[in-house]
Amino acid sequence: MTDAALPEPTLLARSLRVLSGNRTGALGFVLVALIVGSAILAPWIVPYDPAAIMVGPRMAPPSAEHWLGTDNIGRDIFSRVIAGGRIAMLVAAASLSAALTAGLALGLVAGLGPRWLDNLLLLILDALRSFPVIVFGLAVVTILGPSLFTVVLVVTITSVPIYARIVRTQTLALKNAEFILAERAMGVGMPRLLFIHVLPNVLGPLLILASMDVPLVIATEAGLSFLGMGVRPPTPSWGVILNDGYNFIRNSPWPVIGGSVPIILVTLGFTFMGEALRDIFDPKLRKGG
Amino acid sequence: MLFYTAQRLVLSVVIVMVAVSILTLMLHVVPGDPAVMILGPRATPELIERTREAMGLDRPLPVQVAMFFANILRGDLGQDVFTGRAVSQIVLEQLPYTMILISVAILWSAACGIALGAYSALRRNTWLDTLSGVVSVGTISIPAFVMALYSVLIFAVWLGWLPAIGAGDGFWDGITHLILPAFAIGVAWVGYVSRIVRASMLEVMTQPHVRMARAFGLPERRITRSHILKIAVLPAVTLIGTGVAHLFSAAVFVEVIFARPGIGALLVGAVNERNYPIVLGAVLITTGIIVLATLISDLVVALLDPRQREEF
Amino acid sequence: MATHATATATEEPLVAVEGLSVDFDTPRGTIQALRDIDLTVPKGKVLGIVGESGCGKSTLAYSLIGLLAENARVAGGAIRMGEHDLARLGAAGWRDLRGTRVAMIFQDPMTALNPVTTIGQQMLDIQYRDRISRSEKRARAVEFLEQVQIPDAASKLDAYPHQLSGGMRQRVCIAMALLTQPDLLIADEPTTALDATLEMQIVALLRELQQKFGCSVVFVSHHLGTVAELCDDVAVMYAGEVVERGSARSLFHDPQHPYTQALLDCDPARIKIATRTLPTIPGTLPDLRQPPRGCAFRARCPHAWGRCEREHPPLYPGAAGQRVRCHLSDPAEDAA
Repeated sequence: MTDAALPEPTLLARSLRVLSGNRTGALGFVLVALIVGSAILAPWIVPYDPAAIMVGPRMAPPSAEHWLGTDNIGRDIFSRVIAGGRIAMLVAAASLSAALTAGLALGLVAGLGPRWLDNLLLLILDALRSFPVIVFGLAVVTILGPSLFTVVLVVTITSVPIYARIVRTQTLALKNAEFILAERAMGVGMPRLLFIHVLPNVLGPLLILASMDVPLVIATEAGLSFLGMGVRPPTPSWGVILNDGYNFIRNSPWPVIGGSVPIILVTLGFTFMGEALRDIFDPKLRKGG
Repeated sequence: MLFYTAQRLVLSVVIVMVAVSILTLMLHVVPGDPAVMILGPRATPELIERTREAMGLDRPLPVQVAMFFANILRGDLGQDVFTGRAVSQIVLEQLPYTMILISVAILWSAACGIALGAYSALRRNTWLDTLSGVVSVGTISIPAFVMALYSVLIFAVWLGWLPAIGAGDGFWDGITHLILPAFAIGVAWVGYVSRIVRASMLEVMTQPHVRMARAFGLPERRITRSHILKIAVLPAVTLIGTGVAHLFSAAVFVEVIFARPGIGALLVGAVNERNYPIVLGAVLITTGIIVLATLISDLVVALLDPRQREEF
Repeated sequence: MATHATATATEEPLVAVEGLSVDFDTPRGTIQALRDIDLTVPKGKVLGIVGESGCGKSTLAYSLIGLLAENARVAGGAIRMGEHDLARLGAAGWRDLRGTRVAMIFQDPMTALNPVTTIGQQMLDIQYRDRISRSEKRARAVEFLEQVQIPDAASKLDAYPHQLSGGMRQRVCIAMALLTQPDLLIADEPTTALDATLEMQIVALLRELQQKFGCSVVFVSHHLGTVAELCDDVAVMYAGEVVERGSARSLFHDPQHPYTQALLDCDPARIKIATRTLPTIPGTLPDLRQPPRGCAFRARCPHAWGRCEREHPPLYPGAAGQRVRCHLSDPAEDAA
């Protein structure tokens, strides 16, 4: 609140300053741009059909024709990695927007609703958080069967508690703030108050958190797909590529390397970007040391 | 202290119960016959009927949930759909493998993480601090199953130093088979622990009681050990307590990749067979252990920090 | 009073601060926190250092025990204590002096003790140099807790700091400091964090124990009442300089420097006429990145004239035996 009183540099100026002083942050933005860009443009930039077999020799090392080599049935690994990025980004976008929406709704209900409802929701959120993500995911797969939808559902459910808690804390803090009480007394409706005061306050932290959550989402998708419990072959998810590679790890390392490097790059990219976003939007969150 | 522990224990039990209820209810929220759902499309009508009866699926939902909890209290987690063996027995057979794996991973990663974090805090802004920061971020960024694949690739396939399949026979063989899996799931935690220890050491180092210890001419080693580190490890203990959940997730992959027995391998096998009672049993036990681990870490913190003890 | 001043001057002092300057390097420039400090701490006496916050009194106290902040450095001068120059002492040299010849009591007793270790263990730890048995060390700890009038001292050894009140904790800190039997005890605003009744108790205790053990004390405070109560000599600091020093009696009865006079006027305990608001000294401390030419107090001084702007005043001898950094005290001005 106090920041508003100070002459504030524009967001763009602040972003540029933070990024110029923060090389890892800039690297994060570049990585994310590359990955998201290649995911969107995947159908047009893949050199081969990612599902087509025997486009080259089997298990060939990288070459000018096949940048990351080929797998056990002669598919082009580079094309599969690019196409896998599209799946990963799709899962991340779908599940995080679902989790953000659900978290926002549950957090508002917990923060504004009666005490018993708040306690009940907290209990359920705590219970959801106490599951290990993959163990919970496997249980859900047993019921619903493996599919892209199941993966999105698992990731959504396990991410909701963190978002809901942030929104709840923020809502509780604002619910009894004097200016809110004053505006209520003047007859401003609660929903309107929420959109004016709560949303702007939680949106920044939520987006920062979501950015830092992307690696977790992608690792979960790749992990479940690796176990054969997520995206089904022949759809080229990174986890599927890794699973194919694992089965032939003694013959060729390239599928494993090709499938894992993008996961690591995504993690680094979104983590660095999240940290930079935190510095830009919410310098107070930044921890010392 | 006792009251607090009891309170936490009750809350933990409630959380586990809610968690299991969520899983049981999910079975019914999905449209279709739960018995068919559990058994899959290949099930014969007789098998469906038998399962329905055995799991009490023909009763009203609240009765089912109540029955389920009553059975849990008696230590009965149901039967394996195919063999009819008690789920509790099957799960408990596999549990020690996973517990050993996770414990060893926690021990080595906590020891390395604390040492690395303390060292970089004491030598901050040197090349070693920078290097350990980069390495920490790097290890945190690699998911456990990717780390496991690389461990197999590098140490088993290329170098041929260590075995990569099974849990081994006998004590020494068991240990050589444990090294790579425990490395794969622990290495990210070296990063997490060292980051948090470094940050909290830097904070504690500026506190007045450290200056007071210096004013009495205490040797720096002793100041570091009993005035800084003793306080700075507390957040790491809490972190590790909550991290057990992640370690269980990691253990699932590692057990599959290294073909080790354990809860994770059991779970994946059961999911493939759609053996729902075993899945539920394994989830229940892991969730219970995770909640217990959080509780234990709270108690360890209380043991190390008299101020926390007072609040109980 | 002049006789007292000369008496302490003839005897070899415990500590002599000679022309000490300390700089702080900050991102916004170098702060000249202490400039050309001359002081002596007589043997077996209490020296009070007073001044507003930010005047450098704590910096001076910390430089006497080598615990200046990391960005601080001694820019000049010396601190002589026996054969040592404390301003040039290395880490190993300091470890030998701290907890043997020099000890310190800190401002906030709530945070000065290690929160996760018992009082007893902390009191044993500081005796690590002594070649006596553990039980003898415990006995000594109890003895000193009794010296600072902690009731049921033996049982407090097993207590953790958070189980004691602020006053009790400060007594523990005093007991720890005295346990090491220092020649020099530095007390940095030891009563500021305590309430008024406790403050008087602690000051009385310090006075009693100082006389009993015969150590020299440097007592830093912004509370003139406690300084008057406790100290033999007083130095008044302003903007990193000593502006007036002398015996406590001369300073409180016949202050010469306009800043000392203003400080005394602002002390609530000394206000005789009822007013609605407490008097304050108008203006603020000068920017110590560029200390003003001439007199540092000039901008806030009611008596300032042209010479104060041109010429930095040295320490002139004052009327009651004190030393005063003000051109008003220049004998030449009187003559003119």
